[in-house]
Amino acid sequence: MQGFLKSEFFFNYRRSASAIIGSALMLVFAVYVAFGPWLVAQNPHDIASLELLDSFKPPAWLEGGDPRYLLGTDGQGRDMLASIVYGARISVMIGVTAMLCSCLIGTLLGLLAGFYRGVIDSFIMRVADIQLSFPSILIALFLMSAVGTGIDKVLIALTAVGWVVYARTVRGSTLSEIEKEYVQAARVAGLPDRKIILKHVLPNVLTPLIVIATIQVGTFVLIEASLSFLGVGVPITQPSLGLLVKNGFDVLFSGLWWTSAFPGLAIMMLVFGINLFGDFLRDELNPRLK
Amino acid sequence: MSAGKQSLLEVRDLKTRFYTFAGVVNAVDGVSFTVGRGEILGLVGESGGGKSVIGFSILGLIDPPGKVDDGEILFDGTDLRRKSEKELQKIRGKDIAMVFQDPMTSLNPLQTVGEQIDEMLRLHSDLDARARRARCIEMLTDVGISEADKRLNNYPHQFSGGMRQRVVIAIAMIAGPLLIIADEPTTALDVTIQSQILKLMRRQVRERDASMILITHDLAVVSQMADEIVVLYCGKIVEKGPKQDLISKPAHPYTQGLLGSIPKLHGRQERLTQIPGTVPDVRNLPKGCNFRERCPFAQARCAEEEPEQISLGADRSVACHFPLEQELEP
Repeated sequence: MQGFLKSEFFFNYRRSASAIIGSALMLVFAVYVAFGPWLVAQNPHDIASLELLDSFKPPAWLEGGDPRYLLGTDGQGRDMLASIVYGARISVMIGVTAMLCSCLIGTLLGLLAGFYRGVIDSFIMRVADIQLSFPSILIALFLMSAVGTGIDKVLIALTAVGWVVYARTVRGSTLSEIEKEYVQAARVAGLPDRKIILKHVLPNVLTPLIVIATIQVGTFVLIEASLSFLGVGVPITQPSLGLLVKNGFDVLFSGLWWTSAFPGLAIMMLVFGINLFGDFLRDELNPRLK
Repeated sequence: MSAGKQSLLEVRDLKTRFYTFAGVVNAVDGVSFTVGRGEILGLVGESGGGKSVIGFSILGLIDPPGKVDDGEILFDGTDLRRKSEKELQKIRGKDIAMVFQDPMTSLNPLQTVGEQIDEMLRLHSDLDARARRARCIEMLTDVGISEADKRLNNYPHQFSGGMRQRVVIAIAMIAGPLLIIADEPTTALDVTIQSQILKLMRRQVRERDASMILITHDLAVVSQMADEIVVLYCGKIVEKGPKQDLISKPAHPYTQGLLGSIPKLHGRQERLTQIPGTVPDVRNLPKGCNFRERCPFAQARCAEEEPEQISLGADRSVACHFPLEQELEP
């Protein structure tokens, strides 16, 4: 810890406004995702605790607002703040899980392509090329309409969209790493391919992935929100932020703006925070900008 | 090979080709040589002469589009070309080790020096963790690194170029190999460090009675180290023989050219000679002798017939129609 506080990374971090704002936003969401149920009074998924009489209350500071519901309520009398906290949990969980799956699969395929080249490489990279020629939301939409909706299906769709960027990055770094003599030296030392890939190549190609992974969580939150908004995302019983926006959107023109504006704002702040911090990481971890 | 010594490695008629889009490259074309036990063999030639490819061919590490097409590689009596990849993995590092050119890239930047030396022992010995650590410290001290027990926890970037090459040598030597293939081990180092490293390598090899193939373009390095010298040109052996003999009486014009381009420390020298021209395109070699376009003694016959290896007495041979006979001044 002492070492970290004195490191160049931390030095630059303290001087970067975007890094501090970004990580502060991420921290707020992290706290709510981890401890949300204990921080809000209501469980919006528990229908028994809802008061229908409290439906469509405006935010507390407006006329007719109720101090119990800071950001107002929706048509079922759910507290918007509580809904957002529970929705953010689902959004972030989907974003992070899908990122981990994409990273794992993409990195593995990229390592194989870069290390063995030849037919394996051509095959994996052509699939990646084809995939990149479609907008990712379109691919996700196709998949969702084919396999149906649900959180697991969303994860599959996001992973199918997300692995490409890791595979391409890792393949490129692998190609340049295996030219270096330490990889040759490992082969000469009698190490089997599996160990060379995992112990020598993999650690040396990981750095750029940290940035990609960070930014991708934001991208995935957005894609998931879009899918849910279009009605092919998460089920209505487990509303993510995107689904909250969609639900609120139905009554938006009745003047009940808070039901979709606040979840939308939450998505924006989450993705904004992730991107700010991702930008900082990109500058920090890029040896060419040093 | 000097008389009376057993042979450790015998390469016979080795042919390694690269099947590229632009044509087939004969990187190594019918090369034969023998390394005796405890002997240092110098493989000399210009860049692109196929020197490194010989090293990788011996270890069975030629990647497509390259392929060892023909020949025998007898190591300690068995043909390495007939061994499976699994068997070869046991031989690599344990019986045959390799030292690379650039110590800046031949160590993994993300692992400590200790881990990288230890890896060899974990692969090729049954020692437990404590014994391995003791062995690593002993080895590092032996290659001239002080405070070895602390240095084990350092990363490669905390070492200078010369120190790293010492680490690389320690890694190569630790499993007790019978043969070390050193591919331009001092080319990337400062001149002042070069001779230290060469002396260290020679001592390590001699003390263990191991053998070494020293691959280099620098005849000066070879004359300091080797017992036997093999001179390569365009993937073929043009001349081989014991060091003293070959350096004082080069029979091939190419060897003479290489020797003439080394500056002398003593005596007057008007101008360094140089070999005119460059190595011909290996995909499109000329008919006859490969060297004839750069050879000051070339004659009509050289353009027609490819010269065969002719014996020049004990252990010496040359591939030239008109071998030189004059003795160079020492």
